[in-house]
Amino acid sequence: MAKGEAHVTLQGVTRVYPGVAGQRPVHALGPLDLELATGEFFSVVGPSGCGKSTLLDVLAGLASVTDGAIRFEGVPIHGRVPDGIGVVFQEDASFPWLTVEDNIAFGLRQSGVEAGEVRRRVDHALSLTGLKDFVRAYPAQLSGGMRQRVCIARTLVLEPRLILLDEPFGSLDQQTRLLMGDELLRLWRETESTVLIITHALDEAAMLADRIGVMSARPGRFLEIIETGWPRDRDSRIVARPEFGKITGRLWSHLRVESLKTLGQDRPPL
Amino acid sequence: MVTRGRDIAVLIVVILLFWQGLHQFTGTGLLTAPLDTFARVLRLLGTPSFWPHLNESASAFLRALAIAVGVGLTVGIVLGAHRLSGEVAEPILVALYSIPKVTLYPVVLLFFGIGMPAKVAFGAIHGVVPISIFAMNAVRNLNPIYLKTAQVLKLGPWATARKILLPAALPEIFTGLRVGFSLTLVGTLIGEMFGSQRGLGHLLMAAIGLYRMDTIMAITLLLVLFASAINSILLVVDHRLHRRV
Amino acid sequence: MIPPSEMVTALAGILASGRMSAAILRTLRIVGIALVASIIVGFVLGALLHALPRIRRTVDPLFATYYAIPIYAFYPLFIVLFGLGDVPILIIGFLLAVVAMIISTLNGFDRIPPVLLKTARMYRMRRVRTALRIMMPCAAPYIFTGVKLAVAYSFIGVIGAEFIMSGSGMGYEIAFAYSNFDNQIMYPLIMLVLVLVTIINMVLHSWEKILFERRRRR
Repeated sequence: MAKGEAHVTLQGVTRVYPGVAGQRPVHALGPLDLELATGEFFSVVGPSGCGKSTLLDVLAGLASVTDGAIRFEGVPIHGRVPDGIGVVFQEDASFPWLTVEDNIAFGLRQSGVEAGEVRRRVDHALSLTGLKDFVRAYPAQLSGGMRQRVCIARTLVLEPRLILLDEPFGSLDQQTRLLMGDELLRLWRETESTVLIITHALDEAAMLADRIGVMSARPGRFLEIIETGWPRDRDSRIVARPEFGKITGRLWSHLRVESLKTLGQDRPPL
Repeated sequence: MVTRGRDIAVLIVVILLFWQGLHQFTGTGLLTAPLDTFARVLRLLGTPSFWPHLNESASAFLRALAIAVGVGLTVGIVLGAHRLSGEVAEPILVALYSIPKVTLYPVVLLFFGIGMPAKVAFGAIHGVVPISIFAMNAVRNLNPIYLKTAQVLKLGPWATARKILLPAALPEIFTGLRVGFSLTLVGTLIGEMFGSQRGLGHLLMAAIGLYRMDTIMAITLLLVLFASAINSILLVVDHRLHRRV
Repeated sequence: MIPPSEMVTALAGILASGRMSAAILRTLRIVGIALVASIIVGFVLGALLHALPRIRRTVDPLFATYYAIPIYAFYPLFIVLFGLGDVPILIIGFLLAVVAMIISTLNGFDRIPPVLLKTARMYRMRRVRTALRIMMPCAAPYIFTGVKLAVAYSFIGVIGAEFIMSGSGMGYEIAFAYSNFDNQIMYPLIMLVLVLVTIINMVLHSWEKILFERRRRR
């Protein structure tokens, strides 16, 4: 990758799902342009169904683009997940038949990493995510938040340079979300990776990110990319700052219009 | 829907071809060809003496089904409603499901003697177990939120059962009924193959004794067609009910 | 009807004398072969069908109505094709059990949460690896249910067929004792079948708990 080049580049990325069983094709995403700088924290917000998850699938190489191009570290992504990208999915992806430790170690063992290195990296991931006491527990014995931490840990252990998260805190309560947000920021700083998070929570998007991409209703395109200008060593207490209220206000004024479109009206119902 | 029909047509053609092939392979006299079997079926249906047997089987089956459904639903719903008894009863019911009920047949015969009551009993004990298991699970798995909703809507117990609980439990109960239907049919038939001088099962045994292959296959075909047809209809209803949920 | 205590003592006597040993062993042998065959074939066919959805869609109606068909009616057909002896009985046991295994295997693979397969792709695992390391462990509880059903159906099929029309085996001995009004043999044998099936079920049930207890959400 050349110096000064963006970590991830999207140009005119479009995704159309072909029609199934006589139904019309669905134009889910794009055309979309985006450049992620190395080490930045980027969040994506948008109304339901705007294609946020599709964007993540396409970025990760889990889905191919119908049109346009994606480059990761200068190399095009073509329907395969490139080395160096980790994904935390919306749903709980922990393997119920393995302990927390084996869950986290799974990817490394699959790649044939030697046992000592596996041990070292797993221990590091366990302490990063605060799971040291639950090494031998099974996912079924853990709460939803803990299971998501397992999924985050198993992604971190691969030492990815780009981390993609799809509504990772979706099912958690607000307080836990804020605290998990703090944790995520800490992990971001320690691993020095580029992070892209998709969230429907405006305050979360505003608090976590260096830049926020606001997506329109389907087909999703970026209406605006807002720079927050937060310092790197931020945490959730940033929500008290006046700039925070301004940013979330701007986010909502965009999203209110788009969300109404999604609901099929252009005026509020009541 | 169209592709579904086409798939089934393909399946039927493949089965018929396989059947015909088997007939050629084993030589005439050993396995009756499809066409000849169909012809035999038609001839059977045209024979006046065939119909009393058919009626006997049909009435035995319907009675067994009525008992299986009645007893099965009652037992299942009651067990499902009472948490503790349900948990105790479930392993017992599941164990009953695995027992080769054919081995109980001598006991049934000793109890009811040869004839209609034994057949009906046999068919009923085959069908009652799955019906109760499914009904029990249906009631147990009812979401407690439904009861809360009924309370908020100020519904009395009857109305609650009719308007909320029944539609909620219906898909699972219906699956049990569908499985129970098939098993009751098989059970009644096996019952008839023994202590009975009438009915399709008896005709089948007689044909086996006389080595009349065409009759054996004709009766089997009749039963298979009947069972498949009704089961397919029940399946469609089953799917519809489950899609609603 | 003889009292249960008498049944137990009569059974003990029968087992000790060894008169029924040949029949019991014969039945167990056939059940065993039918069981192993149906588990292996059922699993393989289930896995294949899951991987080939077009063929699966075509064959699906067959499975749905399968257990509605009175399979014992085909017994004479099997005698015609394979002669008297173990084979027709084995086939009936196998045919009853194998479809339960296929359906359970399909169900198990169907229920794999798609996010786990996405995770496999994130790890860049190839198809075979994904199947072995993720799909199999995930579907295992349902496949085990298939094994339990296969056990039940193997017994039902074999003993039922022996009972209806065979010259040897436990099912036959019960039928024979019945026709000879020999309650001293008939009831104990019936009890033996029930006890055997119950014990096997209990063993399978406890295996199931040990294997899968840690997976259950509290």
